[in-house]
Amino acid sequence: MLEVVLKLLFIVLVVLAGMLPLITWVERKQSAVMQDRIGANRADLMGVTLLGLLHPMADVIKLFSKEDFVPAGANRILHLLAPVVAIVPAIITLAVIPYGGTYVFGASTLSLVVADVDWGILFVFAVGSIATYGAVMAGWSSNNNWSLLGSMRASAQMISYEVTMGLSIVGLFMVYETLQLPAMAAWQDDSFRLLGFVEHLGGVQLPAFLGWIRLPAWGIFLQPLGFVLFLTCIMAENKRPPFDAPEGESELVAGYHLEYSGMRFGLFYTAEFLEVPVIGCILTTLFFGGWAIPFLPQETIISFIGAGFGEGFATGVCLVLHVLSFLVKVALMIWLQMALRWTLPRFRYDQVMDLCWKVILPLSIANVFVTGAIILWVEAVIA
Amino acid sequence: MSEWIFYAFAALAVAGALGMVLNVRNTVAGALSLVATMVSLGGIYVMLGAYLIGVLQILVYAGAIVVVFLFVVMLLNLREDGFASGRQWATKAVGATLGVAAAVGLIGLLPAHFPEAAALPEGFGGYRVVAALLFTDYVLAFEVSSLLLLSAMVGAVILARRSTD
Repeated sequence: MLEVVLKLLFIVLVVLAGMLPLITWVERKQSAVMQDRIGANRADLMGVTLLGLLHPMADVIKLFSKEDFVPAGANRILHLLAPVVAIVPAIITLAVIPYGGTYVFGASTLSLVVADVDWGILFVFAVGSIATYGAVMAGWSSNNNWSLLGSMRASAQMISYEVTMGLSIVGLFMVYETLQLPAMAAWQDDSFRLLGFVEHLGGVQLPAFLGWIRLPAWGIFLQPLGFVLFLTCIMAENKRPPFDAPEGESELVAGYHLEYSGMRFGLFYTAEFLEVPVIGCILTTLFFGGWAIPFLPQETIISFIGAGFGEGFATGVCLVLHVLSFLVKVALMIWLQMALRWTLPRFRYDQVMDLCWKVILPLSIANVFVTGAIILWVEAVIA
Repeated sequence: MSEWIFYAFAALAVAGALGMVLNVRNTVAGALSLVATMVSLGGIYVMLGAYLIGVLQILVYAGAIVVVFLFVVMLLNLREDGFASGRQWATKAVGATLGVAAAVGLIGLLPAHFPEAAALPEGFGGYRVVAALLFTDYVLAFEVSSLLLLSAMVGAVILARRSTD
């Protein structure tokens, strides 16, 4: 019980207290860099600005001190409940994310995931599907036509992309042969010869040096199309630009959270920002080896350090390295999402739906068939 | 501990169901109560060891089907006076009687048929076991229902398509 609480505290504190405030800063600074501006740097505490790092704090103080307004004719209960429904799914998704592997210390085993469930990725999808209600409830309960239009768009967009999000990584499940997130990450703690398959095509002997070209056995190298499709879908689920048609400032004022002010608006805002590191965690686990360090499997690290310092110490060092590796990869995924968000303009609403049903859905199904054919071929020829 | 979790889920499921039936005036609130029932049913399935069904309950029913209900209800913009009221007491009385009768019957029958909990087989309720059953013993039913869904989908597309002439 204590172990679970500590693991939960670690991941929740790192993401909620560490990454979340930093992300609003990263968003401002990265957009500034990309648009050749200086970015937020004016919030100061007795002359100290810390590169604009005080802005998240100023934001929160501002949001808490604003009036919490409920419009006339609004459904009060649902209006108050909606921001909570929007933010909770993003937090509980963290329960199944493995931020480290399984480590053996003498008689005890430590696995760095809060809930190691057999159906981990399905949990992520199920919880994510509940997040739709935040937007739907907010828009309907506000008694405002723009809000209602925004929540219509949000619900249609989120349901559509949930369907394709699941299909886009079926190929990945076929490769890993599991739905369990820690098992997926452990599967990727390996590497393969890039041109190894050529030797199995028939009689050709490759020059020896080509055998040295190796890649980590990560999802992105095994399912590159799956990665592009899944990234598109999960960014559309987040409703941040370029998929922010439900908010669409130029058409719907602010969409489903138009009638929210103060910290209740802040909760919607936080939910969207919180989903960025959570998406980073999911992408890292599925496609970038999770906690794995490329070309250095866990046994290699432990035996290398363990030779001089003892097994227990080596396992501890390995644990720290793996958690750091995971956090570095998540930071890179956050950077990727920010770069996409500030590169692409908003899609028109019909373009968003066409992309989902006419492009991503057929490509996902084709991906499943091609992956299946390749797996059958590999089993017949190599194994 | 797990008993109390069960009671919490069960109470929430019943409260949600009542909320759905009694919220005639406010259809959106009714649909949202249905979501609460679906989610707590998912929790109860998970407690029974039927993990896959529990997750699918939340993913499909709470996450997708009720959202579509809501979508339609919000588009229709139903008003209170749109409902026939007052002359439905007979329907309500018949419905309530049948409901109570079914509940009493079930309470009477269940202990006789399930006197004690049987030990669960290995891997019960997981996606591997369910998938293996679906594609071996129940493959015909599986394919027939997928055909049914496909024809429903084609029908919906034809009904909804814009007339070109």
